[in-house]
Amino acid sequence: MSEQNRDSAMQGSPEPLPHAGAEVDDPKFADKSYSQGQLVRRRFFRHKGALAGLGVLLFIAVLAFSSIGIGPIPGWWDKDFSTTGTVVNGGKPTMGWFHLGEHPFGQDTTGRDYFAMVMRGTQISLVIAFTVGIVSTMIGTLIGAIAGYFRGWAESLLMRVTDLFIIIPLLVFAAVLGRIAGDSGIFALGLVLAAVTWTGLARLVRGEVLSLREREFVSAAQAIGTGHWRIIMRHILPNTIGVIIVATTFAIASAILLETSLSYLGFGVQPPDISLGSLISDYQTAFTSRPWLFWFPGIFILAIALSVNFIGDGLRDAFDPRQGKDG
Amino acid sequence: MTRYILRRLAISFGVLFVGSFLMYILTINSGDPLEDLRQSTASNRDVLIQGRIDTMGLDLPWYERYWGWLTGVAGCFYGACDLGTDQSGTDVLSMLQQSASATLRLVTIATFAAIIIGIIVGILTAIRQYSGFDYVVTFLTFLFFSLPVFWAAVLLKEYGAIRFNDWIADPQISVLQAVIVGVLLGFILQGIMGGDMKRRLFTAGATAVFTIAALLYFTYVGWWRSPALGPVIVILVSAAFAVGLVALIAGLGKKRVLYSTLTTVGIGSILYFALQPLLAEPNWWLLLGLFVSAVVVGLVVGYFWGGYSRGQAMALSAVTATFMAGMTFVDHLVYAWAGFLELKPRPISTIGASTPNFQGDFWETTLDWGTQLILPSILLTLISVATYSRYTRSSMLETMNQDYVRTARSKGLSERTVITKHAFRNALIPITTIVALDFAALIGGAVITETVFGWKGMGAMFREGLTHVDPNPVMAFFLVTGTAAVIMNLVADLAYASLDPRIRR
Repeated sequence: MSEQNRDSAMQGSPEPLPHAGAEVDDPKFADKSYSQGQLVRRRFFRHKGALAGLGVLLFIAVLAFSSIGIGPIPGWWDKDFSTTGTVVNGGKPTMGWFHLGEHPFGQDTTGRDYFAMVMRGTQISLVIAFTVGIVSTMIGTLIGAIAGYFRGWAESLLMRVTDLFIIIPLLVFAAVLGRIAGDSGIFALGLVLAAVTWTGLARLVRGEVLSLREREFVSAAQAIGTGHWRIIMRHILPNTIGVIIVATTFAIASAILLETSLSYLGFGVQPPDISLGSLISDYQTAFTSRPWLFWFPGIFILAIALSVNFIGDGLRDAFDPRQGKDG
Repeated sequence: MTRYILRRLAISFGVLFVGSFLMYILTINSGDPLEDLRQSTASNRDVLIQGRIDTMGLDLPWYERYWGWLTGVAGCFYGACDLGTDQSGTDVLSMLQQSASATLRLVTIATFAAIIIGIIVGILTAIRQYSGFDYVVTFLTFLFFSLPVFWAAVLLKEYGAIRFNDWIADPQISVLQAVIVGVLLGFILQGIMGGDMKRRLFTAGATAVFTIAALLYFTYVGWWRSPALGPVIVILVSAAFAVGLVALIAGLGKKRVLYSTLTTVGIGSILYFALQPLLAEPNWWLLLGLFVSAVVVGLVVGYFWGGYSRGQAMALSAVTATFMAGMTFVDHLVYAWAGFLELKPRPISTIGASTPNFQGDFWETTLDWGTQLILPSILLTLISVATYSRYTRSSMLETMNQDYVRTARSKGLSERTVITKHAFRNALIPITTIVALDFAALIGGAVITETVFGWKGMGAMFREGLTHVDPNPVMAFFLVTGTAAVIMNLVADLAYASLDPRIRR
């Protein structure tokens, strides 16, 4: 028993976190000073998971947008996601280790090229996820900053809306809004989803601002008569940029899951548009007969969400090495 | 404290009211409720449209419709509940009564399983920070965070249900499969237990050998189709649990606590035999009564053995009694498995909350419920486990770096006391909040799971209501989930107050 105790005591005792002080340890860099941005970049690129995530995400994005093109601009893939054709060889994927073949991801029951369909779905899901991430960050930062700086109505609004989301499941609220906005195109859907997902970030920013507004540099700015908005924009928000960027990343990851779930339920992206979620919804019964129709969209959702989550983890470690909560 | 709770309740119901208004307005404006009829080619189309306008009150302005719904709900407070009808005229209250129990059962089981597993995994990863085990769990939580539920559900249906059902028809485990499972388990366990190389090897080896032998033995005697635990295993496992619990929470040095839990196990073993005839065909009320009396027995035993550590003895004996009651329950369930397989040759179902027209005794019906429930609960649990274990880990790491933990260590307390008493209790405070906040998200997840598994639960009710722009089923769903969330928050507040004396007023 005693040995075990000592053992776990060693394990549990406070220990230096892996990134902290790493710059000083390296003699080559000991006498060189770095800007905040350089430090963050160096820490980020040392996080292998985040780097791999960044690579996978870039690869998927480039693949999705270059293969079938964006809007009127044609891509390098010659097939269209809506043209039906003859089903060759039961629609099986023709992809091998070193060649793509005619239909790398196979064909669906009406002979449409499944690679083109998955790429189209990936495009739409990525666009919505990034719209949600960026717009909800903007709303959340604005309301969080106002709530933290001015307190008053913005703060009570924020708290009451947060209370609301404790009672209404986010997915349910989003489903009702998605039902309204789904027909008006993917950007409308993205904006509507952003309208329900900003609360988490707003609370984070509020917390940061609450502690920053008591700091000396804010008092100094106030003493020389700087306006409130200038203080928020130039003095407070730049100090919360780390928190905001990290939260945005995680917001994008959860937005892609939210959108695909809604599309799966039928309240998100509406046909003729394709989302990765609606693809799974359409072909889930085909699992035994045509498993590839089910596998590919799911793997793409998983790969996107996982890589974005890893990037977020890397960014968190990079911006705040002391925290290291999830490293 | 009472004032605090009442204030919280008042706020919650205010928010519930605002939420209901918002949901109602959004739902009735989310589309065209007559869309399917407008496109129909039936000769009596206009009559049908007029009929639906009358049933749903579409000719009334929105505030009158909402007011009508609200007065119906207000009736619930004096026993005249009226949640309205759906678009085809079915009473929503009776729909709700059929569907609510299935969903709440699913969500409750998933919540409790996720809390228990999540907290244990979180603590283990915090204690073994930056070990191989920690990294594997970290990766898995990221994987579960990123997993699309509906996609994973279909995979689970294929591999957890269809393949399992094929296997249980003729359960065979080859030597190679047994070796793989054994080595894997041994590898995981040595990662958790830690220690030096020799100890790790011993842990892994012992686990692997034991698992392989057990798997092969079970297959040889046909245990998978006609399993049994029997009194010996129930009593031995319960006694081991009692000793382990005391060792973990109180320390084996506290003889009185140890004797108290062991006495509880002793009384439990006598009751195990005495209650056999009664448990042959019980009902839920009887089981509830027996469960409560088991807890009471534990408390009484703890009271008389306790001495100076009376409170601890009572608590641990009650937990032991609960565990033993659970083991006895499982024992009976396991015993009924063979008969259940005769009734239902493909046990794990992929569709529905219970098998239609299933006829069996109490234990077989319970098994039927369980086999319908297991896949959706695994799915819901996995995702919440990822959240909870993450929060427990970071919360534990934070408290372990606090000054009071260093003080506790430096005054020579054992590591067990430091972790369970000083670190863990304080780490629990943020976790309670997360669990309460997460409850609504879990119900939202249940909407997806119910769709995939074809349950006729509240999620399906919500989904159909929203598809048909039919507010009453949607609002009934909102009412139940909202009230459940309010209650969960209240429980969390109470737990919070008992954990953190600073907020007691």
